[in-house]
Amino acid sequence: MSAVMQSVTSHDSYLTGLLPATVTAQTATPEWLTALRADAAQRVRALPFPTTRDEEWRFSDFSLMCKTTFAPAIAAATLTTADIAPFLLPEATHGRLVFVNGVHAQHLSSSSLPQGVIVTTFTAGLASETLRTHLAQYATFQNEAFVALNTSHAHDGALVVLGKNTACATPLHVLFVSTASTTPVATFPRCLIVAEPGSECTLIEDYVHLSTTRTASTYFTNAVTEIVIAENAIVRHTRLQRESSSAFHVGHAAIHLSHNSVYDSNSITFGARLSRYNLNIIQNAEGANCTLNGLVLISGRQMADTHTVMDHTQPNGNSAQLHKCIVDGGAHAIFNGKIFVRKDAQHTHSTQSSRNLLLSNKGRVDTKPQLEIFADDVKCAHGATVSQLETEEMFYLNSRGLNANTARNLLIYAFAEAIIDKVPVNSLKQRLSQKVSSQVGEVV
Amino acid sequence: MISSSSKVILEVRNLSASVAGVDILKGINLTVRAGEVHAIMGPNGSGKSTLSKVLAGHPSYTVTGGDVMFQGKNLLELPPEERAHAGVFLAFQYPIEIPGVSNSAFLRLAYNTLQARRGGEDLDPLEFNDYIREKSKIVEMDPSFLDRNVNEGFSGGEKKRNEILQMAVLDPTLAILDETDSGLDIDALRIVANGVNKLMTTNNAVIMVTHYQRLLNYIAPDFVHVMRGGQIIKTGDKALALELETRGYDWVHA
Ligand SMILES: Nc1ncnc2c1ncn2[C@@H]1O[C@H](COP(=O)(O)OP(=O)(O)OP(=O)(O)O)[C@@H](O)[C@H]1O
Ligand SMILES: [Mg+2]
Repeated sequence: MSAVMQSVTSHDSYLTGLLPATVTAQTATPEWLTALRADAAQRVRALPFPTTRDEEWRFSDFSLMCKTTFAPAIAAATLTTADIAPFLLPEATHGRLVFVNGVHAQHLSSSSLPQGVIVTTFTAGLASETLRTHLAQYATFQNEAFVALNTSHAHDGALVVLGKNTACATPLHVLFVSTASTTPVATFPRCLIVAEPGSECTLIEDYVHLSTTRTASTYFTNAVTEIVIAENAIVRHTRLQRESSSAFHVGHAAIHLSHNSVYDSNSITFGARLSRYNLNIIQNAEGANCTLNGLVLISGRQMADTHTVMDHTQPNGNSAQLHKCIVDGGAHAIFNGKIFVRKDAQHTHSTQSSRNLLLSNKGRVDTKPQLEIFADDVKCAHGATVSQLETEEMFYLNSRGLNANTARNLLIYAFAEAIIDKVPVNSLKQRLSQKVSSQVGEVV
Repeated sequence: MISSSSKVILEVRNLSASVAGVDILKGINLTVRAGEVHAIMGPNGSGKSTLSKVLAGHPSYTVTGGDVMFQGKNLLELPPEERAHAGVFLAFQYPIEIPGVSNSAFLRLAYNTLQARRGGEDLDPLEFNDYIREKSKIVEMDPSFLDRNVNEGFSGGEKKRNEILQMAVLDPTLAILDETDSGLDIDALRIVANGVNKLMTTNNAVIMVTHYQRLLNYIAPDFVHVMRGGQIIKTGDKALALELETRGYDWVHA
């Protein structure tokens, strides 16, 4: 037997290669932002590229992306409204921000919103005190290489501010479009949503791709979203990741809740070759309420990793989480959901359920619900299931005349639909249902 | 209504079946003709649901002997969906919930699938809506149940009523009702039983599995069979059901 030499390639300098060429001296960039970006760049240089030896990255091996050299996007591709028509939501025509390959596209955006609602870009809102107060305060980058990388690029992002007691009746749509390009491109989408006391809004954060050729395009999206919800405010957040099947996507969201505020999340993942979504929520005052729904529908060689943290720090908080994965082909879904109930968080009511449907024996699901309770008077429940389709359910449908294939499709569709049904924008709900039907096979 | 010259719909001969390696059915013989109502009674665990599921083609049950002819076809050779296409319907003792699919969408899918097999016309959602509202009246079901997900959150009785609505929509030649009466309140029992009566014609037939005489007050059976230990040990007319009601099963012997 000969000894096997293992060569270990370190990718630690890989992210450094994705730093902006110059962080300094962009016109009209305030000093605080330049300093913030420089700090973040410093962390990118210091932090290693995550590997499967890190507990938090145990199942998601992103080293594949290191084989590709991504260039920062230059200018927005010249798209017209007609080009992006398939993604436009008729309900959201009053508040739409479109970014093409990471660059804000003014001519595709629209904003005619009621008084008190501001939807703009960082560039336009640079003078805003709100931006300075909140940017990078919740999505901390000290120990997160990808958050640091995104922050080092933070200059053109989506800024949404809801004034005190302002309810925005129509949904706000922040659309990030990636187009096919000859050289692989990296983009760094950034959103900051500030809901002032008593305000209310529905936000759609949407990652899509437009391909002109048949081959899926390779690109890298590194996104960070921060949502601050002040007392008595309500934010309904739907996040859609429908990137190209060759794309890499690493997204972070940090949510900060105050007294009696409400955060509803629907996170839907269809796309990307490798994707990671970290959703970190902190209930920082009493009586906050969160509903978290997740749907991952992947096939082929896709890998999708969802990590959520629900942190109850104060009394009388609620959270209810349902995360579903449908895994076909040789795809791999990962769910890691942590719930913390801190010492002071008495009378917390928290539930979490991870339900997974494995459609092929080559697919894989790793699910790990984690509950850590430090308070003594709380109601918490969590659970996880991984199953193939139930014989009894199949038989019920077969006995009604549906053949095995249709019955299977219907059950998968139903499994997904139970989450899609919660998306609060009808036109989007319909399109997502169609997407599920087209993926699992037409049924209803 | 019945005469021995009526067409035979179902002919079960010496049927044996097992599940998970355990023999449950041990030689069932049963002939059902057009226009007939058969009641099957018998103690818990005697194999009534097993017989129902074997006839409908449940994959977990293995037929170990005998044969079943349904309108000239060898039923046991057909997968469950083709049995449904041929006209067999099973109302489940425990109907399944399907969250995420509306009752009306599901019923339309099942209806159109059968129509395609029977050479009939498809109904689009609007046409089907009219059709299903008519059918709902047979079991006096509130139309709001059509918009709800299939059986999700339905009470036990509502699920049973929904099974008979499915029967009304699919119009089977042979309906096997497995304890459709259990879980129904007094009014619902009358309504659902009347619904079944309305669906009866001289060309179709019903097998009703039940524990209680009261269902038979509404749907008069032509035959009452007593099952025990995987066999039909006695067959009589409706007087037998009355006798069972007062005397129990102990006196019945093969
Ligand atoms: N999957 C299974 N595995 C093992 N035993 C089974 C299975 N299904 C049925 N049986 C057994 O077969 C026997 C007959 O069951 P079946 O459900 O047909 O009875 P039944 O007459 O319908 O009873 P009930 O009146 O309680 O509905 C029972 O002893 C039951 O435990
Ligand atoms: Mg039974």
